[in-house]
Amino acid sequence: MAVCVAVIAKENYPLYIRSTPTENELKFHYMVHTSLDVVDEKVSAMGKALVDQRELYLGLLYPTEDYKVYGYVTNSKVKFVMVVDSSNTALRDNEIRSMFRKLHNSYTDVMCNPFYNPGDRIQSSGNLGISLSCRAFDTMVTSMMIQVC
Amino acid sequence: MELCGAKRLGYFGRSQFYIALKLVAVAQSGFPLRVESINTVKDLPLPRFVASKNEQESRHAASYSSDSENQGSYSGVIPPPPGRGQVKKGSISHDTVQPRTSADPQEPASPVVSPQQSPPTSPHTWRKHNRHPSGGNSERPLAGPGPFWSPFGEAQSGSSAGDAVWSGHSPPPPQENWVSFADTPPTSTLLTMHPASVQDQTTVRTVASATTANEIRRQSSSYDDPWKITDEQRQYYVNQFKTIQPDLNGFIPGSAAKEFFTKSKLPILELSHIWELSDFDKDGALTLDEFCAAFHLVVARKNGYDLPEKLPESLMPKLIDLEDSADVGDQPGEVGYSGSPAEAPPSKSPSMPSLNQTWPELNQSSEQWETFSERSSSSQTLTQFDSNIAPADPDTAIVHPVPIRMTPSKIHMQEMELKRTGSDHTNPTSPLLVKPSDLSEENKINSSVKFASANTVDGYSSSDSFTSDPEQIGSNITRQRSHSGTSPDNTAPPPPPPRPQPSHSRSSSLDMNRTFTVTTGQQQAGVVAHPPAVPPRPQPSQAPGPAVHRPVDADGLVTHTSTSPQQIPEQPNFADFSQFEVFAASNVNEEQDDEAEKHPEVLSVEKASDPAGSLRVAKTDSKIEEKTAASAPANVSKGTTPLAPPPKPVRRRLKSEDELRPEVDEHTQKTGVLAAVLASQPSIPRSVGKDKKAIQASIRRNKETNTVLARLNSELQQQLKDVLEERISLEVQLEQLRPFSHL
Repeated sequence: MAVCVAVIAKENYPLYIRSTPTENELKFHYMVHTSLDVVDEKVSAMGKALVDQRELYLGLLYPTEDYKVYGYVTNSKVKFVMVVDSSNTALRDNEIRSMFRKLHNSYTDVMCNPFYNPGDRIQSSGNLGISLSCRAFDTMVTSMMIQVC
Repeated sequence: MELCGAKRLGYFGRSQFYIALKLVAVAQSGFPLRVESINTVKDLPLPRFVASKNEQESRHAASYSSDSENQGSYSGVIPPPPGRGQVKKGSISHDTVQPRTSADPQEPASPVVSPQQSPPTSPHTWRKHNRHPSGGNSERPLAGPGPFWSPFGEAQSGSSAGDAVWSGHSPPPPQENWVSFADTPPTSTLLTMHPASVQDQTTVRTVASATTANEIRRQSSSYDDPWKITDEQRQYYVNQFKTIQPDLNGFIPGSAAKEFFTKSKLPILELSHIWELSDFDKDGALTLDEFCAAFHLVVARKNGYDLPEKLPESLMPKLIDLEDSADVGDQPGEVGYSGSPAEAPPSKSPSMPSLNQTWPELNQSSEQWETFSERSSSSQTLTQFDSNIAPADPDTAIVHPVPIRMTPSKIHMQEMELKRTGSDHTNPTSPLLVKPSDLSEENKINSSVKFASANTVDGYSSSDSFTSDPEQIGSNITRQRSHSGTSPDNTAPPPPPPRPQPSHSRSSSLDMNRTFTVTTGQQQAGVVAHPPAVPPRPQPSQAPGPAVHRPVDADGLVTHTSTSPQQIPEQPNFADFSQFEVFAASNVNEEQDDEAEKHPEVLSVEKASDPAGSLRVAKTDSKIEEKTAASAPANVSKGTTPLAPPPKPVRRRLKSEDELRPEVDEHTQKTGVLAAVLASQPSIPRSVGKDKKAIQASIRRNKETNTVLARLNSELQQQLKDVLEERISLEVQLEQLRPFSHL
């Protein structure tokens, strides 16, 4: 049950960020922002290990008293950050991994659309309709927030 | 009309008109009426509206009055354009019918027809119109157009009407205009003419003029099925596809597609949506079908249709992947695509394999195709092996990698066996029978090896074993010996059957089955027993091994039989090891015998377990190899196809018997191992019909064989060490006793 999911671009600006508790969203945004440093730290810690050897899933980035923040970075340096509630009976690592995997898949679907410019926000908006994949991405995130995937 | 998007506008806007004209020209020139054709047919002859030129001009003028003039001059060409404009402005109903009807009266023949037809397919309509113009232009002359146009103005049901009119009247002229429009320059002209609405369209037209045409056509076709793609449209799309990607089976990369569709001037969002709908396999590239679907959607959208949330069925790519789903992916396999069911399937076949979905027609066909292809392939593979093996020895159910063994040897083997044994002549049994007798012979190993090879080859049962021997061991003689009774020639000659197909190993298993069924009698039973009881073999063999040595024939046979049943069920490994051990012991005492014994056993075990692969490997080396081979095969066999093992053991048996007799210990060992290895190998390649699978299977088997052989090797080395130690101790004792002897 993620309370906040964020997709950060390579240049460290958010492509997509969404939180469940509508109030206090700023707090989550801030947490995600600070987690970026941790992500960078972990990535660089891998050392010269080539990217392929690098594990995509970063694991727990840092815990707070209420929340735990997990990170995942793709090979193109796009980062996924997920904040989960600590009170949740600890979500197993596997579950977090699978959630990230799904996120990654949805994200790639969005990217596959040539009309999507990398660097654009992933948003389902627009008159005609949002890109199907964006919508799917959104739905996926929603499902993740509602229940553990 | 629809094509030119008039519908969309609800009237024959100028651009629509132009498009219509173009379409008329297209139609007149005999091209399929499609938006695409407008683009593709750059050199569309100007619609023959007699006064095409004027028409265009008049169109520009957009003055109906000029229509009359035009009509007069263009015989109807002009009127249409202006009329069209009027039409456009006029009624908006899109019904092509209306225009048609109006056109009817005017156009004597063809034009009328087209209008009438409008509903069905605009392309048709267009066609008709085109035809009309060509034929009836003269007729239509102004009068037609004139009145036509006026009524149009009133009855403009919509662009269609206008289109109809024109087409009826003066397809040529409009088409000319269109044509010109289609080409860049015309477009600009068009633009000038109808700055407002036209512009878009023209621009679209240039690039997407085809699109519009398509759209228009689509519109017409949409009557039948909103998303159905007509033949003309499809053709147009295909042409467009070719401009981007000449290979119809190839992909259009996302970037190229993006550019192309961006030209249609649809908002990016919509394009994005369309892309998502049409990129069925989500690979970021468009196959022909996907492209057609996308194009169709674009056209539809341009014509005012809302994009669906889900890809319509008729646009779904037909995933007919018969063979291997090629990536070509036929996406838009429009099921409903009546026009080119033939096209669809072919294009589809390469396409998405996995996406095969409910394409009723194509699916079925594809399924059928798939079936056929698979069947054919499989049957082929099967036959190859089978044929070879079948004739040979039923015993050779065990597939041997040894090709040689294949048919010839089998046959020989069979013969030999028959002769020798006189009992079950079924290969499996005969070899076995022979083998036991031969066990005593020196080349037991050889025989065993042969068996192994036989096994590997493929169920050649007797023949295999025999043949493999020669091949592997190179000692035909031994074979012969093993066969004792049977013609020695047989053993020798086999050299090898070309190992018909490594995949035979599988067939060998088949053979075995055959063999089993065929075989009757003790030996058969024994043989049969062998395969199933591979594992036990080693054990029984061990014990009887030494004993068997002597009796050879009887014992050997017994041993084998006993062992086989036992062995077969058990892990070959056991057999191998035990055999090896026995071997070692016997080696110390009686190398040959033991080995022979062991070999057969081992071989049988091996055979059962392992395809010839391991055997082969061992072939070259001595005992150790054999041992390893034995173990390897055992191991391998375990891992290998279940079918293979059973035959193998049998084969091994036979072979071992044969080999034992004639061959030297080492040889037998080797052969055994080799046979095992070989046996395993054949099975590997046998993947029917699937090279890849076969390769993988063979790789797997080889690996297993390797492990088995490695184990064998280590075991043998261990035994060697032990023996050496024993020797040393004995020598020491001797030394110690020596002084006493002097006394």
